[in-house]
Amino acid sequence: MKIVVCIKQVPDTTNIKVDPETGTLKRETAGTVMNPFDMYAIEEALRIKEKLGGTVTVVTMGPPMAKEILKVAIGMGADEAVLLCDRLLAGSDTWATSYALAKTAEKLGCDIMLFGKQAVDGDTAQVGPSAAQYMKMPSLTWVKKIREISDKEIVVERMMEDGIDVVKSSLPVALTVVKEINEPRLESLKGKMRAKKYEPQVMTLADIGGDENMVGVKNSPTRVAKSWSATREAGKAELIEGDTAARAENLFGKLKTLGFIK
Amino acid sequence: MAKLNKEEFKGVWIFAEQRRGKLHNVAFELLGKGRELADQLKVDLCAVLLGNGITALAQDLIAAGADKVYLVDDPKLDHFNDELYANVLADIASQFKPEIILTGATAVGRAFFPRVSILLNAGLTADCTAFELDMVERNLFQIRPAFGGSLMAKIMTPERRPQMSTARYKVFKALVKDPARKGEVIKPQIKADSLQARSQFVEFIEEVETTINISEADIIVSGGRGIGGGENFKLVRELAQALGGAVGASRAAVDSGWIPYSHQVGQTGKTVSPKLYIACGISGSVQHLAGMQSSDIIVAINKDPEAPIFGVAKYGIVGDLNEILPALTERIKKG
Repeated sequence: MKIVVCIKQVPDTTNIKVDPETGTLKRETAGTVMNPFDMYAIEEALRIKEKLGGTVTVVTMGPPMAKEILKVAIGMGADEAVLLCDRLLAGSDTWATSYALAKTAEKLGCDIMLFGKQAVDGDTAQVGPSAAQYMKMPSLTWVKKIREISDKEIVVERMMEDGIDVVKSSLPVALTVVKEINEPRLESLKGKMRAKKYEPQVMTLADIGGDENMVGVKNSPTRVAKSWSATREAGKAELIEGDTAARAENLFGKLKTLGFIK
Repeated sequence: MAKLNKEEFKGVWIFAEQRRGKLHNVAFELLGKGRELADQLKVDLCAVLLGNGITALAQDLIAAGADKVYLVDDPKLDHFNDELYANVLADIASQFKPEIILTGATAVGRAFFPRVSILLNAGLTADCTAFELDMVERNLFQIRPAFGGSLMAKIMTPERRPQMSTARYKVFKALVKDPARKGEVIKPQIKADSLQARSQFVEFIEEVETTINISEADIIVSGGRGIGGGENFKLVRELAQALGGAVGASRAAVDSGWIPYSHQVGQTGKTVSPKLYIACGISGSVQHLAGMQSSDIIVAINKDPEAPIFGVAKYGIVGDLNEILPALTERIKKG
């Protein structure tokens, strides 16, 4: 069983602070981490391997610095790690990124492709299903449980808004997983030792047989026309003062005027 | 990629999601926004309706603003299937060439629209909260939060068509339905290949939880770390009940085991945009704000006057929620 897990290095949003003066994000001080949802994808990959045998390869697309998260994955127990790194890939949107990841997985060979449900920087959740479409694989998103798995078939539970869809699929297949699926393991001591010496394989667009007209900022369908800080001006709230009864009365009146109290 | 003749693409489409024969409300909201866009562009507004035994729903879509409904009523489409829905929508879009296709940023929409965007070589923008048009180039500006909602981005797809987006639920306004409104129902030919899939639906398990689904609620009362303990969460529940709303929670409250994960609002929980959001004892981390700051009216109750939640709230009360919540609940009950 060849399992490929696609992961992403993201700014550490748990550590990110808003500059009170400008209302913008202080990204430079935040540091970078592995996208938190990807931990669950790695854990599930390791569990599948423990059950059915095979190899777990983690792949990330990014600058050389992204090797850091590959080492974390190796520390957790992944067998191999690949850094897809090429200037031609810079500025790729989800359409182009998923193409590059699909080509990489194709090159490596892959029975199961795993993704976290979304990355916490872009929040699109688009790369998993898009890569699956490039690979002509079924995609099962929001997986909260693998009920059954064999070399040929998988049955999963998917978290929808109104409940759970149970879906069966043949392999190869791509899954995106939610955090309910498992409790990711920590890096083991042995894993950390291996990660320390481990050098991820670096691949370029040429190595994966990718078409340069499919990637990069120039070939990405979407463009960012503009971006701005969304933090509303601090201290904008109208403060309701007085003793408890007066405040309750005041807020009650406002909610009633707004039509929330019938 | 060869340059596309954008002139060939005309019309605004919305994908009308239905689950078990019931249209998702976001379909009506998108018809509301879609109507506006279609009128500006002087083109038809069309809905795409897929499913089994759902023909009767087409008139509801027309009543809510659609000029045309592309309908595929087929036993194979009985349940949501990523491959089939993507193939069939891409098949219809290739035949009729719309310039815009929107769907709700729901579990369904976000699962299969990415596949459609690959099949159509089209750009896709996730979870949009606003749309604007550039009438010269007929470009759709797709506005969305990124970075946990602390950054807004305006995205465009200048060279490719159709322009595709998933749009956040409860942000756009549905039109008042006009049952007398006339429209056309079209049953397109679908390639046999489009109806082939390797995955298949097994069963649906309804969530046992009987509390109101927070994604659907118009009013949410949420509790955070400042609630102080699981026992105190009843103050939040009682206020929610008095208002006829749902109970939400911050990650801190869920991680403390005070309330189940299904109530969690924020980047790792659910994104909500109710008409009223009352945040009790929630400081307002970037992650929490990401999940609720598109709510219409936000009220914050917190003992820390410096809490970032006051930055997004319309009304704030700095004080002890053990006193304020019961007083407010009592006042509402009195009427």
